[in-house]
Amino acid sequence: MTNSLKKAPAKARKQETDDERYLLRLYVAGQTPKSLTAFANLKKICEEHLKDSYSIEVIDLLVNPTLAKDDQILALPTLVRRLPEPVKKIIGDLSNTERVLVGLDIRSF
Amino acid sequence: MVKPAKLSTKSATPETDLLQKAPTGIKGLDEITGGGLPQGRPTLVCGGTGCGKTLLSMEFLVRGATDYNEPGVFMSFEEKSDELTKNFASLGFDLNDLATSKKLLLDYVHIEKSEIEETGEYDLEGLFIRLGYAIDSIGAKRVVLDTIEALFSGLSNETILRAELRRLFRFLKDKGVTSIVTGEQGERTLTRYGLEEYVADCVIFLNHNVSQQIATRRMRIIKYRGSAHGTNEYPFLIDEQGFSVMPISSLGLDHPAATERVPTGIPRLDTMLAGKGYYKGSSILVSGTAGTGKSSMAAHFLDAACKRGEKCIYFAFEESQNQIIRNMRSIGIDLEPWVKKGLLKFQNSRSTLYGLEMHLVTMHKVIDQFEPSIVVIDPISNLVAAATEMEVKSMLSRLIDYLKMKQITAFCTDLTATTGSAVQTEVGISSLMDTWFLLQNIEAGGERNRGLYILKSRGMQHSNQIREFMLTDTGVHLRDAYIGTGGVLTGSARITQEVRDKFESLTHKQEIERKQREIERKKTVIEAQIAALHAQFEAEKDELDLVLTRENMREATLKQETLTMAKSRQSDDFIPKMTSAGIAVKGVRK
Repeated sequence: MTNSLKKAPAKARKQETDDERYLLRLYVAGQTPKSLTAFANLKKICEEHLKDSYSIEVIDLLVNPTLAKDDQILALPTLVRRLPEPVKKIIGDLSNTERVLVGLDIRSF
Repeated sequence: MVKPAKLSTKSATPETDLLQKAPTGIKGLDEITGGGLPQGRPTLVCGGTGCGKTLLSMEFLVRGATDYNEPGVFMSFEEKSDELTKNFASLGFDLNDLATSKKLLLDYVHIEKSEIEETGEYDLEGLFIRLGYAIDSIGAKRVVLDTIEALFSGLSNETILRAELRRLFRFLKDKGVTSIVTGEQGERTLTRYGLEEYVADCVIFLNHNVSQQIATRRMRIIKYRGSAHGTNEYPFLIDEQGFSVMPISSLGLDHPAATERVPTGIPRLDTMLAGKGYYKGSSILVSGTAGTGKSSMAAHFLDAACKRGEKCIYFAFEESQNQIIRNMRSIGIDLEPWVKKGLLKFQNSRSTLYGLEMHLVTMHKVIDQFEPSIVVIDPISNLVAAATEMEVKSMLSRLIDYLKMKQITAFCTDLTATTGSAVQTEVGISSLMDTWFLLQNIEAGGERNRGLYILKSRGMQHSNQIREFMLTDTGVHLRDAYIGTGGVLTGSARITQEVRDKFESLTHKQEIERKQREIERKKTVIEAQIAALHAQFEAEKDELDLVLTRENMREATLKQETLTMAKSRQSDDFIPKMTSAGIAVKGVRK
């Protein structure tokens, strides 16, 4: 059911390089329109602004419900910037690119 | 994930006609809700800061887990799990223990607005998954969300939030869990964010009021769909045993009336009450001005009860336990052994410590735990310090009703103002009382003496006499009543009067003796006179007899002479004439 999403991180990880700076996690619950939109938006933003220095991990809470507690996830979809520190959270379908860039602290790029 | 649960509960609901209730296990709350919170539905608990929302919710879970085998999930939006554990350890709830035995699951939801950037559409499915997982992992039947309003401060899109909240409550209902949602009191609304809009089944409002610097916690059930419930404001108490609510307004006047009697502890006082003492389960009021021995009477009563092996509670609003024990030793009553034996319990608190209702709740609680047969409240007049007179009256009437219901003998003391009328108690509750003593200081002759009398004692013969009593080192002693010409006298005056009376009666006795002696004398004199008269009479009679004899003799002699003379003249026919007409003879002789 989450095939297309599961493939995504694999794809993203292929681009991992040594100088990768951004470790991003996208939390979703199944393949909802919102999560698909969010993933598409995120991918677009990362490609545009971060090029090869990022990795995206998509976590389906329906598969791993315990992670909702461990990572303090409430709203979905949630994008968490695990690296670089500090941890940042961006909720929503990431349709507002400006805010995503602010949230990820990558305006300087 | 949501859907299967939804179906299962939906099919279960129509089978049960009546609303099922989940008992909270909280003292009193189950009584006013008629059995507990609506099962499988959310309940809103709202109120101001520090009114006990979290505590009520947590106790609901803990009691559910320990008493009713219903595991619970506590989702906290404010306090971290370890903080909660620490806070509740002070109330005797071991949350860690419950957590390890999978009876309780604490989940802290961290929301910090500054850490969250909102970009576009989102929902709270993460929370749902989290909650759903928590419920399923321990098979929870009870859920607490404390307080969900934190979402409003963490997330800015209210439209989404409101829609999600609606979905959340639906979700909880569908899960079939009995849940409590807490909410902070708003300015004009029950909750700041209008949670009552979503939770429509049961709303409980907690209140923490401060009036005259005394705080009282109260609880009210604003709404309980599908069930009757108590509508009043009920005071509640938070102490080391958790939460307790007292449904004290619901008592009726149908308490039993015992015929069994309880000795007063003062033998001569028993005599004044038809020889047997008070009725068991009755209420006794002792009123009097300061220092008239009210507490001493209470101590006697307690001492006697403890000697019989009965349990007693002493509610003291003025003195500490040690003080009372020390003071009572001075009149020869040692209460300490009874305390050590566990027969006597002191409950000392200042009346201003908390509100009146709180006092009542505390008393209820202690009485329920200790199950005494006698309760002493010393003094009731002091409660006025905590509230108005009317409130005190209503509180005391409820307390007395409660005690009567439980067949506990209540011994209340009442401090009356020195200037006030004796027949009016400070709090006007004399009409509630079955037996009413009045202790008075009788001031006369430069001293004060203690007097006692029974104003009333329902259902028994009782003395109407004012008795003097003394506080000695062997306890309260009732003196013999002085009934004499000088009215009722006490103390030295009584002693003086007694001496005076003794003297008077002595003189009186002497007077009588004197008079008796005088009469005796008179009698002797009269008797002597009688004897003299008698003698005189005898003498006169003798003389008269003598004259008569002489006269007779003379007549006989005369007759003889006449006869002799006639004989000598030899006149035959003269003789018969002489004898037949003696008178003529006499006349002749004259």
